Amino acid sequence: MKRRDFLGAASASLAAATLPPLAGCTTAPPLPPGSLLGPSPALGHRLRDGGLPAPAETLRVPVLIVGGGISGLSAAWKLSRAGFDDYLLAEMDGEPGGNSRAGNTPAGPCPLGAHYLPLPTREATATRELLAELGVLSGDPRAAKPAYDERYLCAAPQERLYRHGLWQEGLLPVHGVAAGERDQYARFLDRMAAFRRARGGDGRRAFALPMALSSRDAALRALDRLSMRDWLRQQGFDSANLHWYVDYACRDDYGAGSDVVSAWAGIHYFACRNGEARDVADDIVLTAPDGNAWLARGLAAGVRGRTLTGAAACRVAESGERGAGRGGAVEVDLWRAADGRVLRVVAEQLIWAAPLYLLPHVFVGNDALKQAARTWTHAPWLVANLTLAAEPETPAGAPLAWDNVLFDSPGLGYVVSTHQTLRQRPGPTVLTYYQALADVAPTRGRELLLGLSREAWAAAVLSELARPHPEIHELATRVDVVRYGHAMARPTVGFVWGGARELFAADRPRIRFAHADVSGFSLFEEAQYRGVLAAERTLQQLGVRFTTSLA
Amino acid sequence: MSQALLFSVFVVASCGLAYELIAGALASYLLGDSVTQFSTVIGSYLFAMGIGSWLSRYIVRDLIARFVQIEVMVGVIGGFSAAALFFLFVWLSAPFQLLLYSLVLAIGILVGLEIPLIMRILKRQLAFKDVVSQVLTFDYLGALAVSILFPVLLVPHLGLIRSGLFFGLLNVLVALWAIHLFRAQLPSAAWLRGQCLAAVAVLVAAFAGAGAATDFAEAQLYADDIVHAESSPFQRIVVTRWKDDLRLHLNNNLQFSSRDEYRYHEALVHPGLATLPGARRVLVLGGGDGLAVREILKYPQVESVTLVDLDPAMTRLFSTAPALRALNADALLSPKVRTINADALKWLEESDERFDFIVVDFPDPSNFAIGKLYSSAFYRLLEKHLAETGLAVVQSTSPLYARQSFWCVVTTIESAGLVATPYHALVPSFGEWGFVIAGRRGYAPPATYPVPTRFLTPATTPALFEFPADMARVDAEVNRLNNQVLVRYFEAEWRRVIR
Repeated sequence: MKRRDFLGAASASLAAATLPPLAGCTTAPPLPPGSLLGPSPALGHRLRDGGLPAPAETLRVPVLIVGGGISGLSAAWKLSRAGFDDYLLAEMDGEPGGNSRAGNTPAGPCPLGAHYLPLPTREATATRELLAELGVLSGDPRAAKPAYDERYLCAAPQERLYRHGLWQEGLLPVHGVAAGERDQYARFLDRMAAFRRARGGDGRRAFALPMALSSRDAALRALDRLSMRDWLRQQGFDSANLHWYVDYACRDDYGAGSDVVSAWAGIHYFACRNGEARDVADDIVLTAPDGNAWLARGLAAGVRGRTLTGAAACRVAESGERGAGRGGAVEVDLWRAADGRVLRVVAEQLIWAAPLYLLPHVFVGNDALKQAARTWTHAPWLVANLTLAAEPETPAGAPLAWDNVLFDSPGLGYVVSTHQTLRQRPGPTVLTYYQALADVAPTRGRELLLGLSREAWAAAVLSELARPHPEIHELATRVDVVRYGHAMARPTVGFVWGGARELFAADRPRIRFAHADVSGFSLFEEAQYRGVLAAERTLQQLGVRFTTSLA
Repeated sequence: MSQALLFSVFVVASCGLAYELIAGALASYLLGDSVTQFSTVIGSYLFAMGIGSWLSRYIVRDLIARFVQIEVMVGVIGGFSAAALFFLFVWLSAPFQLLLYSLVLAIGILVGLEIPLIMRILKRQLAFKDVVSQVLTFDYLGALAVSILFPVLLVPHLGLIRSGLFFGLLNVLVALWAIHLFRAQLPSAAWLRGQCLAAVAVLVAAFAGAGAATDFAEAQLYADDIVHAESSPFQRIVVTRWKDDLRLHLNNNLQFSSRDEYRYHEALVHPGLATLPGARRVLVLGGGDGLAVREILKYPQVESVTLVDLDPAMTRLFSTAPALRALNADALLSPKVRTINADALKWLEESDERFDFIVVDFPDPSNFAIGKLYSSAFYRLLEKHLAETGLAVVQSTSPLYARQSFWCVVTTIESAGLVATPYHALVPSFGEWGFVIAGRRGYAPPATYPVPTRFLTPATTPALFEFPADMARVDAEVNRLNNQVLVRYFEAEWRRVIR
């Protein structure tokens, strides 16, 4: 019976993948209900295609922040912390939070995107400051080993891997792995530990987080010119299991495989984290049932009343002479999908905290920037939230962990929303399943992602999770699907140190770019750093005194 | 004649598979990890059958008589295999796996002998191709029949021990039938028949559990005499009785034996509560059997006892079943007692009540879910519910068998800012057992016990707080939610204890 369900679902999803309109004709089991979430592609296309009405009203503000993801919220957070409240934050969606939003299900909150924060590195001072403000870090935020609130430290067991029909602890495959391969694991981890301690000729950490603080040593930057996979081969690593693990890490953090991610970025993943905490292993992460939404809420706490939601920037123009007196201004037209009207905001300073792929469609002039912005590629991602009546069983092998990864799967596995709760009583839970569409080029991936219905994706995810959990069809009461066409920038070969990124990282007199795209990859610490840096540069420009949050 | 023999093949094959299934099921039931148990049992069994088949070449004469004797041996050894394994597991500290695989090998060898012998007997009447075709057909059919009957009918209705005896009986009946069929060719039919009848008698007696069985067989059967069994959403609750000894098992772990539970519960409650003459409000976490509550209710000054146990099936059972109510002296029905079926941790998080005395009587930290109930976060939460001069007592597994686990609990309680006072007591059915008293200030053992006790005396009390060299303190990490070291210590330590 269960096997038949599994085959039915698999064939339905296969049919859906090839012939979407016919998906309903197969004998799939009834799918649990659910909804389709995520940034609306229609809204984005409307902006891209232009033809919007002329502005109906004009508003003047000293500072406008476009984009309410982590970088935009961080910019606003820093402005507010400096006592500067003359700003407006425009967010395209109905609520801020970007990739760090939470969903609500009958089984409680769950992440819609980003779901953890590693122990902040020594350099991630703004992140530490935020955690201290939220009461999660106690004592000196810049201490080597601060104490963190135990409720946010991921409870054990943190991760497990499903491989060859069995769950094992940890993510590096161990069962039936030959000694030679294990030696390669050890050698690889040693290499990464050495990179973690290494410093470049300029005295900076080889791989820092925020990445802007990394060494500019040419020998290190040369790692950006080959792929992570080629680097592994070059270093004599040929273990298939090690290659799987590294590829998994690249897809997990960058939405792209180790064959396209640059070795600099691939090594950065393993070598940048030097965060430590009192009484806690270094590889523990901070997490919560709603993923990273508690961090976004913490950043947004001071921004209330200065946020304009449902407002998408559709035109950005620098007006040198005509503007607001003191040497020019930036005009930003905000299209509000709710009433179809356009609001013109004239700002002295603009913090652009929206993804850079939007830039060519909305910026007037600035051809060099537009040209550079076109070199970004963004990974499409699928997130599925499966509300279950009970946790899935593990009759043998490692018990249910927070992060549960499937070997040789197109997906990245799932996290369990109720992992941090202290309950003993079995009860409903939410599994958040992640899949970066990394097997094909991003544009093709986006077509696939946006071309399939919720039902088709839900069936595909259920059949994938039915491999370790045949009972998943009976347990699932809802399957909500979130699609991100442009989830994150991809640090492909040559991109991190190729020049385009640095163009946006440089300070400018009026428009500052704050999105994590400027770092080349999407991490909480990067987004926050870019937002805070843009805010601090803006404050400096405006002559407002502040204490820096940056290292 | 040949039809009759083929029917025996069917029966013999059924029995052969049944013993294999019984050994596999018992091993996974008692030892856990069913994938490993089933594959190693089936593997060894098939290997042993191969040995039997090879050995069959050395049986050259008196084929029928040998076949009959093999059937009787299979019947008796196979029939009693489940009972023997159960008995040894529950009552002796014998090396269980050694016995398990010895039995599997013995039965496998004997079963491996059966089919080759039958084929050679039948060869006298049928062509070789027919012998092979028919014998193997019935062999596999028999296996199919049992593989379906075993989970659907036999285990649910007869249980493993009686299923074993039932198949043993079938083997012996096949032997009897063979004697009858070949009586003309058997010189010593009467002697063989006598052996069969003796085996039948033993098996029937054991099966019926009547007084005719030997004391030995009786003991084996009664070791498994289940007076109550239910599966709640949280656990498998089994109450067994052997003579006057009632035992509670949760998920196959012994919780108490009525013969010595007073030692455990007196040691759990009185060293702490006897020092608190002003204790009015008491909280019991876990302990749905009401036995700790029974001890607490001996103190007249206690005005209320709040019992928080996860499983309503437990508190229901211990407030309704007459034998269990007698054991806890109707503690759960006392008007002073408030029973709450809730998650202890969630209840503590949501409640703001404070208590003069808290009894923490959770199962041993054998998995990550229960491990959370022994974490520093839990003890910090517990501290918030202690009255200013209140005390808590924590059952903390065995300082002898799980020494580092025990001291890990002590270290963890201390890490939560509480003063921990460890002590221990001998509970024969558990062995040496450990407890920890936790309070904001230091604690001194009571000079007298104001309530009647069977085990504790003021004179012997100081000895409870002395730890001999083999239980003395060892270093242990603090058990935190993010490391769960206690579950890892506990697993490693109990794995070393041979059962």
